[in-house]
Amino acid sequence: MAKHRGRGVASVNYPIGMNLGGDPSQALVHATPTGKFVVTLSSIDLGQGMKSVTRQLAAETLGVPIEDVHVDTGDSDTGPHCMGSFASRGTHRAGNAVIAAAREAREVLLEVAAEELEVDPRDLELDGRGNVRVKGAPARTISVREVAQAAHFRRGKSISGRGMFLVPPSDVDPETGAMRPVTTYAHACMIVEVEVDDETGEVTVLSIKAAYEIGRALNIGLVEQQLVGGAWMGISHALFETVEPYYPDRAHGPVDFNTYLMPGPGDMCPVEIEIIERPALDGPYGAKGIGEMCATPPIPAIANAIEDAIGVRITEMPFTPEKILRALDAKRAAR
Amino acid sequence: MATAVEFTLNGNAVAAIAEPGETLLSVLRNRLGDTSPKAGCLQGTCGACTVLVDGEPVLSCLLLADAAAGRHVETVRGLAQGPQLHPLQEAFMERFAAQCGFCTPGMLMAAKALLDHNRNPTRAEVIEAISGNVCRCTGYLPIIEAILEAARRLSARG
Repeated sequence: MAKHRGRGVASVNYPIGMNLGGDPSQALVHATPTGKFVVTLSSIDLGQGMKSVTRQLAAETLGVPIEDVHVDTGDSDTGPHCMGSFASRGTHRAGNAVIAAAREAREVLLEVAAEELEVDPRDLELDGRGNVRVKGAPARTISVREVAQAAHFRRGKSISGRGMFLVPPSDVDPETGAMRPVTTYAHACMIVEVEVDDETGEVTVLSIKAAYEIGRALNIGLVEQQLVGGAWMGISHALFETVEPYYPDRAHGPVDFNTYLMPGPGDMCPVEIEIIERPALDGPYGAKGIGEMCATPPIPAIANAIEDAIGVRITEMPFTPEKILRALDAKRAAR
Repeated sequence: MATAVEFTLNGNAVAAIAEPGETLLSVLRNRLGDTSPKAGCLQGTCGACTVLVDGEPVLSCLLLADAAAGRHVETVRGLAQGPQLHPLQEAFMERFAAQCGFCTPGMLMAAKALLDHNRNPTRAEVIEAISGNVCRCTGYLPIIEAILEAARRLSARG
């Protein structure tokens, strides 16, 4: 009886958003009378950072400080349409819509500023600190707040923009029937080290090392956080989580957090992640999406590592001690 | 019969009417309007409702409100001093130690109980302190790092 170490690799080729095109999202941007901006979305932030990324994208496109952008994702009944927060599509689909809406709003902002300054809007730029200025003539400037007030109360204009992102639906090749499943792929490769106890069947994950190619990382803190959280979820799926009964039947299956097993803080191994940025051609400032792909590679990598360690192939999740021991028994019996 | 319960909440004397068998969590959330402790599993296994009673971490979903009478209760709502966040809150923000945020109040209070007693915890002691708190998003590593970072800042202050 001994503990065996093994190493496993898994690679991911991950499609962003729903396949075969379509998959629409919309965004609306408008200025308030005080020169702040509101982005209205139905793309819900469930902790993954949709609001933070939306603020960044809108502020960058509008040319205003991020503090001046507010995001309203309050109600998907009344907000502009979005297919939803899933399929790792939020940053890519909604992000593109936010940029389109912010561009349109910026055009109106510059038009009104041009009227106020009596110059051509093409000669104007934003300084990113809340002012519009004439290129090459920094003394000729007007604050975004003043522009917003002029628009609201004197010029009768709405500083606002509409954004829509729709992936062109894929054509069917009449010869082969082939379709283009998706426009953007993210990629990853992961190496997992495990230790398998052949007496208890217990698998311990010792380390996770991974490289993720995700286009532009719009918010590196959020990206790293999701990748580490995803690594945990992958370990959890691979080794723990199931609603199947353990013994002796379904009535004894997991019903609460005492019996539905997940790794705790003491079960988590060191996670080392490299982020590779190769901007996507159709992504918002080059971003792809990381959502689901971060939880997937630990599962095959752990299965491969177990096989490397003890020479058995476990094909059903989770890789419980029972399955490991039964597989070892079968291997011995086959000899 | 409903009874009056009086205790100290984050330094302030409070009183509430509690039904027989009502938990401290219910009194805090439904009668005193402090929704910072979260109602998760309601059976003492997820840790989202963790508050401090006389400095010790307690699952407020299991503690009868009567049992808190005359004692000192602390919740996340009392952590910040005006605009000045507690070092734990700062470290949680900087280390991205929350995603959906539902476990965060319980994590913060479990961590505060640890750091109030021990300014220089080891990594193992931090893990032990939060082992009753379930997190579904972060993978725990950023939370552990944040607590260790807060401990460093607190001990640097003396």
